[in-house]
Amino acid sequence: MPDSRLTQLAELNGAGGAGNGGASSGNGHGGNGPFDGGLIPQRTYVTGMMVALGAIAMFFVALASASIVRKGLAADWQPFELPRILWLNTLLLVASSVTLAHARRRFLAQQFEEFRHWWRVTAILGVFFLVGQVIAWWRLASSGVFLSTSPDSSFFYVFTVAHGLHLLGGTAGLLAVVRSSPGPMLRKTATEVVALYWHCMTALWLGVFLFLVATK
Amino acid sequence: MSSPARDVHATSEAPNSFVRRYIFSSDHKVVGLQYFFLALTAVTIGILLSLLMRFHLVWPAAHLPFVAGGIMEPEQYLALVTMHGTLMVFFVLTVAPQSAFGNYFLPIQIGAPDMAFPKLNMLSFWLTFTAFLCMIAAFCVRGGAPISGWTAYPPLTGLGEITGPGEGPGQTLWIVSILIFCFASLLGSVNFIATVIDMRAPGMTMMRMPLTVWAWLVTAILTLLAFSVLLAGGILLLLDRSAGTSFFLPAGLVVNGELQSRSGGSPLLWQHLFWFFGHPEVYIAILPGMGAISHILANFSRKPVFGYRVMAATLCAIGFLGFLIWGHHMFVSGMNPYSGLAFSLLTLSIGVPSAVKTFNWLGTLWGGKIQFHSPMLFAIGFVSFFVTGGLSGIFLAQPALDATLHATYYVVGHFHLVMGVASIFGIFAATYYWFPKMFGRMMNETLAKLHFWLTFAGAYCIFMPMHFVGIAGGIRRYADWTGANYLAALQPLHRFMTVAAFITAAAQIIFFCNLFRSLAKGARAPANPWNATTLEWITTSPPPFDNFGGRYPRVYRGPYEYSVPGASQDFLPQNLSAEEIARDKDSQDAG
Repeated sequence: MPDSRLTQLAELNGAGGAGNGGASSGNGHGGNGPFDGGLIPQRTYVTGMMVALGAIAMFFVALASASIVRKGLAADWQPFELPRILWLNTLLLVASSVTLAHARRRFLAQQFEEFRHWWRVTAILGVFFLVGQVIAWWRLASSGVFLSTSPDSSFFYVFTVAHGLHLLGGTAGLLAVVRSSPGPMLRKTATEVVALYWHCMTALWLGVFLFLVATK
Repeated sequence: MSSPARDVHATSEAPNSFVRRYIFSSDHKVVGLQYFFLALTAVTIGILLSLLMRFHLVWPAAHLPFVAGGIMEPEQYLALVTMHGTLMVFFVLTVAPQSAFGNYFLPIQIGAPDMAFPKLNMLSFWLTFTAFLCMIAAFCVRGGAPISGWTAYPPLTGLGEITGPGEGPGQTLWIVSILIFCFASLLGSVNFIATVIDMRAPGMTMMRMPLTVWAWLVTAILTLLAFSVLLAGGILLLLDRSAGTSFFLPAGLVVNGELQSRSGGSPLLWQHLFWFFGHPEVYIAILPGMGAISHILANFSRKPVFGYRVMAATLCAIGFLGFLIWGHHMFVSGMNPYSGLAFSLLTLSIGVPSAVKTFNWLGTLWGGKIQFHSPMLFAIGFVSFFVTGGLSGIFLAQPALDATLHATYYVVGHFHLVMGVASIFGIFAATYYWFPKMFGRMMNETLAKLHFWLTFAGAYCIFMPMHFVGIAGGIRRYADWTGANYLAALQPLHRFMTVAAFITAAAQIIFFCNLFRSLAKGARAPANPWNATTLEWITTSPPPFDNFGGRYPRVYRGPYEYSVPGASQDFLPQNLSAEEIARDKDSQDAG
């Protein structure tokens, strides 16, 4: 397994790295490599997440531009009342980002009990948000607004479901950080990566919600 | 001088079970080879489909044993067009240069033990494989494969079976396959970008990276930005088909006498979303080939790449401009003439970095001690096809000319030469070049050269006449040309192209024989058979499980230090320090 390979590498390379490595040894091989310390450089996980967020942003930008073009082209846009629970959901998600930031600070201060507490609160707020979204869809459906009712409702469902799936993944990530044993990714990095993702999903929701309100 | 591969010995800790080692492996080399063989399978099917098309164009009334009803229907011909294009663009030209060779060589060339996220890498491959099975399954469902071309334009693709055979389950499978492929490609590109940013060996600065790595990096960025848009567009198209939405389906649409109940959507919206992906996709197919042949031209000219920094910068420039010119695929869609003008000027501007690259390739060859090994022949062939195919692009970039030529064989000839054959020559060059490293054996050089000359001449014989057919008004996608007099007059050219296609396809049998024979019986390859400078050549052939046997390289110099004045040999590996060179020189002087 490559993960253990990287670990073994560092054992080979990291401990004695200063001795056999470096320019002075002049053999072109040796330690001080990026793989010292037993693992893939931890910043790689953050880099990977940032790159992935770029793709996610591009996905939503494509949907938004499609929505703008679609609205500009045809007169069949039938605005409907956005369910009011969306405002509550927005509040819940913003609150979850606040508790997440607090949890991260507790982690960095090495108050792990507090960290676990606030981290779980964040996950629970995330679940509440998702339940709230389901209620919003159910309300719309019961008032006769479905996916294919109008282009307006089509884009509403596409945007909210796409964001909801991303947030579901984020919630799974939150739970994984407090549950799983450390792998090649240190827990400190894991909290950083998940927090980065979560804050971006909150920002994305604010963007999506604003967009939906503005294109009414 | 000691061998650059000294001190390197295998201390690999590969998984023991067959399944973990060769099937569900997260080793980037195994994943790279899996992609390679997937692309070989896809290209074989793609070639067979194209031969069927060529045969049908010349003998439309011939009885074919495996076609239902004996004689091929026009719809079946369109299904061949669709599946040939889709398999070649996605599963060959995207998979082989980037996913196969990139996966195998990018980590080694930057001195890393693996990709940044090995398990994600494994997942990317198996998703791509699932997408491939899904695509092939489209042949086997009711109605057969889709008939909408690889661009899947609605409304044809948005309504289901009513628009024709193949537009039922076949088209659904096509879209699902593409969505899975998009997701897999996105995961792959995240891996590539993170690996290049964070996994480089000490001393491997960005300006010391081989041009192959630059090309894979730029391609990964294009993949990230383009496939996410296709993913979004594909989901909307799938919803139009299956959930009754009207993103791309206009109001008042009558199909087969039936009024469709959709409202207000825009087929042009799909075209914009598709080509925003589709044009960068052309560069996704060819940029890795550009990187590989820059690498190979320097190696076999025994000279540094002419203008290394400019070569890296033009890769970035082509990648950037590639996102601004999708509209040139839509000149005849009725777009505002001013938009057409903007897209035309931007498209023409791509000629600048492309010409710079071509001149730099020629500059690399100029005055070199050229060794005509098979990878070098294919690299020079790449330059030839890139120039020939690229020049016709300048004609097509002008809306007035495109209006005439758009639906003709001129376009078919253009994109096959520049995107198809040039990229394929990049893949062949890379295969012949890296085969010794990947499999530890040499390929047969005589067969390789025979393969080169037949393929080189054959590809020109197939695709050059298409330009003349196109100028004469030969419409593409027509299944039968015998009905119209002016088209029937072009049949001799078609016969010539068909014969050339069959001969060129037969020449590929030489390649496959060489490949599989060399796998089993080729001469053992040394660590560095081409006397090359980059890091993949300092390790064993094939490399150990962890790439460098636990001794990770430190990089002291640029990637193309060939024929350095005063050096004791005509290549300086990237991991060679100044002290080592001085020591070698002293020992030689003493000797």
